[in-house]
Amino acid sequence: MTRLINPRLALPVLSLVVLIVAVFWLQPRAMSYVGINLLFNLAVPIALATIAQMIIIMVNDIDLSMGAFVSLAACITAAILPVNPALGVLLLAGCVLAYAALGALIEIRQLPAIVVTLGMSFVWGGAAVLILPSPGGTAPGWLVWLMKSKPPLFPMAIVASVLIATVAHLLIMRSSFGVRLRALGGNARAVSRSGRSTVALRASAYGLAGIFAVLSGMALVGLTTSGDANIALRYTLLSIAGVILGGGEFTGGRISPVGAVIGALTLTLAGSFLSFLRLSPDWQIGAQGAILILVLAARLLVRQAEKRA
Amino acid sequence: MTQMLSLHRAPWFWAWMAAFAAFLATWSLSVGGGGGGMALLVAALTFGSFSVLTGLGQMLVITMGPGNTDLSIPATMTLAATLSLKLMGGMTGPVALIVLAGLAAALLIGAAVGVANFTLIRLLRIPPIIATLSASFLYQSLAIWSNRGLRIKPPEVLADFTTGRALLGMPNLAWAALAVSVGFWVLLNRSGFGRRVSAIGQNPRAARLAGVPVARISAMTYVICATMAGLTGFLLACFSGGAALNMGAEFLLMSIAVTVIGGSSIAGGNSNVPGIWAGALFMYLIVSMLNSYGLGAGVRLLLTGVIIIAIVAAASGRKG
Amino acid sequence: MGTQMTNRTGANAPAPAIVRLDGAGKAFGPVKALDHVDLLISPGECLGLVGHNGAGKSTLVNLITGLFAPSQGRVDYPGAEGPLAAGIRAISQEGTLCPNLTVLENLSVVQRDLTGPGWRARAAGRIGRALDAVFPGHRIRPEALVHDMTLAEQQMVEIAIGFSEGATPARLVVLDEPTSSLDASIAAQLLAHVRRFCAEGGAVVFISHMMGEIFDVATRIVVMRDGRNIADRPADAFTRQSLVDAMGHVAADDHSDSSAATAPRNLGDRAKAILRTPEGIEARKGEIVGLAGLAGHGQAEALARFYLSQSSDWRGAADPRAAFVAGDRRRDGVMPVWSIRRNLSLAMLDRLTRSGLIDQHRETEIGESWRKRIGIRTPDMGNPILSLSGGNQQKALFARALATTAPVIVMDDPMRGVDIGTKTEVYEMIRQEAAQGRTFLWYSTEMDEIRNCDRVFVFRDGAISAELEGDQITEENVLAASFEFGETAA
Repeated sequence: MTRLINPRLALPVLSLVVLIVAVFWLQPRAMSYVGINLLFNLAVPIALATIAQMIIIMVNDIDLSMGAFVSLAACITAAILPVNPALGVLLLAGCVLAYAALGALIEIRQLPAIVVTLGMSFVWGGAAVLILPSPGGTAPGWLVWLMKSKPPLFPMAIVASVLIATVAHLLIMRSSFGVRLRALGGNARAVSRSGRSTVALRASAYGLAGIFAVLSGMALVGLTTSGDANIALRYTLLSIAGVILGGGEFTGGRISPVGAVIGALTLTLAGSFLSFLRLSPDWQIGAQGAILILVLAARLLVRQAEKRA
Repeated sequence: MTQMLSLHRAPWFWAWMAAFAAFLATWSLSVGGGGGGMALLVAALTFGSFSVLTGLGQMLVITMGPGNTDLSIPATMTLAATLSLKLMGGMTGPVALIVLAGLAAALLIGAAVGVANFTLIRLLRIPPIIATLSASFLYQSLAIWSNRGLRIKPPEVLADFTTGRALLGMPNLAWAALAVSVGFWVLLNRSGFGRRVSAIGQNPRAARLAGVPVARISAMTYVICATMAGLTGFLLACFSGGAALNMGAEFLLMSIAVTVIGGSSIAGGNSNVPGIWAGALFMYLIVSMLNSYGLGAGVRLLLTGVIIIAIVAAASGRKG
Repeated sequence: MGTQMTNRTGANAPAPAIVRLDGAGKAFGPVKALDHVDLLISPGECLGLVGHNGAGKSTLVNLITGLFAPSQGRVDYPGAEGPLAAGIRAISQEGTLCPNLTVLENLSVVQRDLTGPGWRARAAGRIGRALDAVFPGHRIRPEALVHDMTLAEQQMVEIAIGFSEGATPARLVVLDEPTSSLDASIAAQLLAHVRRFCAEGGAVVFISHMMGEIFDVATRIVVMRDGRNIADRPADAFTRQSLVDAMGHVAADDHSDSSAATAPRNLGDRAKAILRTPEGIEARKGEIVGLAGLAGHGQAEALARFYLSQSSDWRGAADPRAAFVAGDRRRDGVMPVWSIRRNLSLAMLDRLTRSGLIDQHRETEIGESWRKRIGIRTPDMGNPILSLSGGNQQKALFARALATTAPVIVMDDPMRGVDIGTKTEVYEMIRQEAAQGRTFLWYSTEMDEIRNCDRVFVFRDGAISAELEGDQITEENVLAASFEFGETAA
């Protein structure tokens, strides 16, 4: 458990705390069960998508189709799962398998993940439009119940975030399976020298990311109770930003699941904070880009200071 | 004879064959609709021109090798279009001056975006994808903010020019894109700059050790790419009667797709201008073919993505 | 494979050997890296492996560990199916750790049985015990991230992984320059452990440029030269002098060569150096300055730093201050997509362009004149560069640098894998160019080339360990300065 309080997490935790304090200072009424629930309302799907993106970044790739894929999962959940649960589950499992196949293709043909995932964003988008041509559908009752339940003491968003962080931490950081995946990002040569298949490992990484992304789409429908082919397009940027905010690096397999969830919470809160500031909605998207750039700049400065010390 | 034999080995040959096949297939389908081959050709050339213009810039960036991709093209197009149309809308005076001012504004905004992109890449030492992606959201916000939901019409002259067919019955836009393409061909194949871009794409380390000023060449590449996006945004807005916030959306994937389909290597170092045209026409024709089959937007999107990935996967195999 | 081993080679080996090489050889294309080597390693032995650059040490190691299959002869692991089952482990110089993982996680990448519940505790136990055994008093936690550790600690972890217990216990551990980042006291701990490990029936192959260490631990020393096993004797049969003599070529041969290669030239006062690097390399106008020493001791880095300081990331120059000839052609030199001509003209583009456009006529002329001058064997300079043999590609890279007006030519071991004919031609050209006033900085791993130099700086551990000039440039002096002959590290 010593790794939970590693120095890498200092910056993410600090930024989240500062933001929480700022929000409560601007809006003291938010300091309640209902208030917090409202603030972090959309945190769960974003956290799940961030974990998915983190797994892709962990193996030195980047996924530009995350938003489209989460949207597709949401459309399947809203349009098919309530009507035909068996088919819905089958389709969602198919999505995960398709993701794994994508990872294998990228490794076998040594393709750039940017181009492949950008192309896949059209495939997912097209599939989503086919399944749900216009916004609508309904969320399965159990999903709504789960997402909108009110556990004692802490709101669902917080409980779920802690749960996601714990599961992802155990899976990625603690299990020997997670170690193998991270080794692929750290030193692929060493991995293949030890006699392991890099194709199988990359496929597993993409498959695992697919599972988290599907869960993200389902959670989103549980909150919004309907689907839309464009419902989660913002998630591509949000998920990348979340990973970076959480202290992850673009290369070398150095990531932190706990940090990624904290990053996702920070981004969710940043949205609420900006609206409290009465910032025009025009600037909301730009602010997210600016936050990402600022964090990267801050991190560079910290690193340079460390080097000098 | 040897010329004929080696023709099929040119990287753009198969792209042109595919574009031609797609043309015939779509034509044969649309004859019943009374459109005719000429109308189809004009449409393909008109819409293809926009893909060509963005594709040329993206090709230059992609030529610099893995990791180099400009994801800010759509936002740059919107920003340049919005601001330049706003400028022209507010101006009074001779029409020629207004048009020139608008064009200059669009190009300058593009160049400024390019400088900003490269500054981020260089100063923050982050992958170009991340730099251009995050910065693009800033540009987008800037465009939304300056637009305020108003739709400013382009000057009459420009609207007429971009929709007109003054020469040989072919669209003016296509002629303009052709002229720019010739310039790019010269730049890539005859200039020292083009050589150096290709050298960086093949092996940045070896290029630096051979005395190539890598930073300067990369900076110029990103600036040119963004300037092309600015120009395309300007023309597209004039063509479609005003700037729209999502006007550039399809050109991100399109610019990458036409580069790759045209036979430029995604591994970098190898680019070609004729292929861009083939790729652009092919993409337009495929979409209209799927349309004439009566397939919906969903299938169209899906097949577009599948075709691109299939081509990328096949093309990278050629290198071994 | 389960066949009864016949102990015909090693008459003095009491226990069955761990690995046996029978006339094993390995060729990379026309280059014979290893030629017909017989070797037997038995339990309890510590084999010191010495030799200069290109002697075949690492190829031999790669055959033993099974990374390469021999292209000639055989490699057997009596009583085991393969190198892994035979308990052969290797610690190489190129870094086999994943920096983003912890120490114990790195162990689990190598040891595939570390899965399932409780694997962390098992891994931590194994690596902890190994570290305790090899480096008593170490302060490395199994949970520490490799990225956060010093180079020395990382090297300690690699070594400990090599010696740690596992599903198949370690029987033969290959240590390739294991003390390069360790300080003296830690290195002494390692040597003590190696002796202990061998006394308990393990075997070690020990490669080091520190002769003191070799004499300290080795029970037997194998000397390699030109891909052959030149001497294989008990360690106490060698003296320092006899070891150096064995590594080098015959002394008489040496002297006749050196006088033939470079007649002393009048280069003027040593104070008139036109360049000085922070490492202390100096050169005068028209001087051929060699950088020698074992590969990987900082020569290439010194050259790269010098070249980068002389050229800019922002400005191209029509008259560059230096030009670079790459030795690792694929990594640093060749533009694989291009023709020979374009590869050649890359460094002089600014002299070929008129108002931004390349004068293709002049480019062709220059290409043609260099094809004749340096003898690139091709009918057409428009052919792809990859259609050339390695030696001719290298000539094109030489021409790229020489065609510029740069007064200083920096060469990073440019003759790797080049045939002897090409070499002689290039030596001659370098001498001509130097006579016309060009200065050469020439890092080479080959003694023949070092003999062509007016002055030689020998590198060891990233710093200059000797400066040799004129008659002093002998193989013996270079070898003596490349290896550390002090007492044991301790």
